[in-house]
Amino acid sequence: MSILVDKSTRVIVQGLTGREGSFHAQQMIDYGTKIVAGVTPGKGGTKHLGVPVFDTVGEAVLETGANAAVAFVPPPFAADAILEAVDSGLPFVTCIAEGIPVLDMVRVAATLKQSKTRLLGPNCPGIISPGQTKLGIMPGFIHKRGNVGVVSRSGTLTYEAVGQLTRLGIGQSTCVGIGGDPIIGTSFLDVIRMFNDDNDTHAIVMIGEIGGHAEETAAEFIKRHVKKPVVGFIAGQTAPPGRRMGHAGAIISGGQGTAKEKYEALRAAGIHTVASPAEIGETMARVLGKGKRARKTSTVSRKRPKK
Amino acid sequence: MKIHEYQAKAILAKFGVAAPRGEVVGSKQEARVVAERLGAPLVVVKAQIHAGGRGKAGGVQIARSADEAAVIAERMLGSKLVTAQTGPEGRLVKRLLLEEGLDIRQELYLSFVVDRVAAAPVLMASAAGGMEIEEVAKQHPEAILREIIPPETGWQPFHARKLVFGLALPATVATAATAFLQSLYRAFLETDSSLLEINPCVITGDRRLVALDAKMNFDDNALYRHPEFQDLRDLDEETPLEVEASKFKLNYIKLEGTIACMVNGAGLAMATMDIIKLNGGNPANFLDVGGDASETRVKNAFRILLSDPNVKVVFINVFGGILRCDMLASGIVNAAKELKIRVPVVVRMEGTNVEKGKEILRNSGLNFTVADGMKDGAEKAVSLARRSAQLP
Repeated sequence: MSILVDKSTRVIVQGLTGREGSFHAQQMIDYGTKIVAGVTPGKGGTKHLGVPVFDTVGEAVLETGANAAVAFVPPPFAADAILEAVDSGLPFVTCIAEGIPVLDMVRVAATLKQSKTRLLGPNCPGIISPGQTKLGIMPGFIHKRGNVGVVSRSGTLTYEAVGQLTRLGIGQSTCVGIGGDPIIGTSFLDVIRMFNDDNDTHAIVMIGEIGGHAEETAAEFIKRHVKKPVVGFIAGQTAPPGRRMGHAGAIISGGQGTAKEKYEALRAAGIHTVASPAEIGETMARVLGKGKRARKTSTVSRKRPKK
Repeated sequence: MKIHEYQAKAILAKFGVAAPRGEVVGSKQEARVVAERLGAPLVVVKAQIHAGGRGKAGGVQIARSADEAAVIAERMLGSKLVTAQTGPEGRLVKRLLLEEGLDIRQELYLSFVVDRVAAAPVLMASAAGGMEIEEVAKQHPEAILREIIPPETGWQPFHARKLVFGLALPATVATAATAFLQSLYRAFLETDSSLLEINPCVITGDRRLVALDAKMNFDDNALYRHPEFQDLRDLDEETPLEVEASKFKLNYIKLEGTIACMVNGAGLAMATMDIIKLNGGNPANFLDVGGDASETRVKNAFRILLSDPNVKVVFINVFGGILRCDMLASGIVNAAKELKIRVPVVVRMEGTNVEKGKEILRNSGLNFTVADGMKDGAEKAVSLARRSAQLP
């Protein structure tokens, strides 16, 4: 098991025939993702990478029975692409684009509230259930199937954490990049709820960063409802206030959203916090190896990987 | 993107937001002419810099005659204004906004931002105009009204009424306030602002609402639909190296330390700064080279990092996913050769084709320090920075 996506997920790629879309769709196909359709307006009826192309998402859903989409669409057109996926009733869409205007996302968020669609992202690497499927741009080979759920606002920092886990022989159930923008479709809280309910997820890695209060909200939930061990890291301990650290959402404004207050919230929730990003993997290994909780997670492989 | 007060007021005027009568000047002669033209008993002379806190720092002064305005202008123009927000180096004053003095009865704080939790614009208001909202929030959080504007319905007159009565404003200004707030909201939306702040907004003796100050920041991601804003950017208000980096779409923020960082991805870049600090060093910058760290990007990034005279070591930390480590390594080698880099370079690579990448670095004939993991990289960078600081 895993959350949100698995080997049966039938995926549409919005922007399949573009440079980015083609490259990542091929990577996904190679990983085993069931890509059933592509959407590029004006190229309906053709085939690309062996996948049928449609003019609209609605048509693609109708013809292929797809139940998820991943959008590789440039930022000015990304909100429109998400709304089209929502309009065609898809239960899940992930949007990779970085640089969508905030007010576009305000419109998207309002529409999402009225719909059955879950959006992941934007400005995110996507989602992978190792050994089953991936919808996004993360390198598949660094992952390993297992029982640790990973949720993060970042891209490469998530790869870093996953790389550490895999090197220690700790596999992952699902790794979710929720995105670095101020307005996103799926929050830490949403993902942690799902991990908490997922039988195959035995422990959670949560990687936050400065800006906003999403980490605190999730910590509050963890404190009350999550028995599974959680390892937490917050990026931006050294970030100066008032500056946007690359991600549109990574900004300390008016003294709010600092790493310090997030760490405090995490610690208060009983989360195993790590100050160093290099110690995420070993901390998880230690947490899984010790105490009562370790016995519950005995299915996690602890082998040292071959070098 | 930030703009000046006078630019913000000119934009707001198009939406029907009133500001005091005024003109911008760049010389003492102009100041005298404008002050005469305004013909007001009091003229307010305001330094135009992007940072706030001008009033307390002497950047806002009152003149009682055209001659006095000219004297003040002469003193301010060309000077460096140091405010609580500029840092000790201050900002060069190149322009002044001269405005008529008003008969002020009450000062309010008004602003629009996008609330990330509600995913909607929020109007914030307080009767403590002129104070920084962060201060009000700390001392009297109950004094701030927050009104979420749901995108489904957009602005409604009742939003203004809640504010007028919530702040106990005189009922006689209700109509004026409703119109004023609606205009502000339209301006916020239609300019894709990330912040629109009127602090203070004043109520005058004749019951008008006037934007005495105005601050507008635009959403950089939406600038493509506002080509008219391009000319409003004032490069003198930005750090030169950051301006240079922005030309190559590199995400660079200058800091005070000695260890330059080059990283792919914003989260990993922040984490790299953190681990340098944890190991006793200080990062010289934040730099995200992005997902396609091509040779040209790496070269430009190197050039910018090395233009910072404080830099003693460069720490490259890359997790190659899409980006292949061998390609990155060749890029680093070529850039290092071409730029004749003199400071030590620590490289930590992980991911696709990492072994090939390391081999390219080792065989380059250049003195790279290849690190194994983030921790090892940070330790090596910090110890090299220390060693070079001890050299005479």
